[in-house]
Amino acid sequence: MSLVISEEILGQIYAHGEEAYPEEGAGFLLGYDDEQRHVAQIFVTENAREDEARHNRYLVTPQEYLQAEIAAELLGLSLIGVFHSHPDHPNRPSEFDREWAQPFFSYIITSVNAGKAVESRSWRLAENRSIFEEEQIEIEGIEG
Amino acid sequence: MTTLKIPTPLRYYTEGQAEVTVSGSDVAAAMRNLVEQYPTLEQHLYNGNGELRAFVNLFLGENNIKDLQGLETPLSEGDSLRLIPSIAGG
Repeated sequence: MSLVISEEILGQIYAHGEEAYPEEGAGFLLGYDDEQRHVAQIFVTENAREDEARHNRYLVTPQEYLQAEIAAELLGLSLIGVFHSHPDHPNRPSEFDREWAQPFFSYIITSVNAGKAVESRSWRLAENRSIFEEEQIEIEGIEG
Repeated sequence: MTTLKIPTPLRYYTEGQAEVTVSGSDVAAAMRNLVEQYPTLEQHLYNGNGELRAFVNLFLGENNIKDLQGLETPLSEGDSLRLIPSIAGG
């Protein structure tokens, strides 16, 4: 299954990563699954980590999780994943990402280098939780 | 019996159900009953030492069980628990 996302929504994810720089920014992916997984909307969250940790950690509070889940249901969508930025680091999941990962979710990670979002990759936790497996991103609106 | 609300990423393991019924006199027993009913959930909820993973938050009504008696928080007939994952990474 690949992850289908519009240029517009990917642009919103880039913009959020750039706004949060040099800290990590994060939020939820709302959408649905058919033969592929489709991102329909994002739900931006606050980084609830303490000030000194926000450059390399993010945290979403249970209250914001609940708000996002309710927002998705009201829109007839589901929570299908999480996006977050890696300021000045590659867009590969860290060991910390894996320890805290949820199954089923797609994790879009965006590298933000010197304040500029450069690339996103998407990852899903393997069923035995041992690794993240990359999932292809298909950007709607771009030929090929 | 206690109702337990399941977050979206874990519903795949509860046959798509957003709410399940569990039994147990306290939260620890209710969570063990959950994974007895849905065994494929266990590896996602418990670590190799048999402890609940750090991202598992449980609310009894509006209250985080960490502010009550933790996993030993007693449950009464008709109580409603909600499992909410901490979403975190680095």
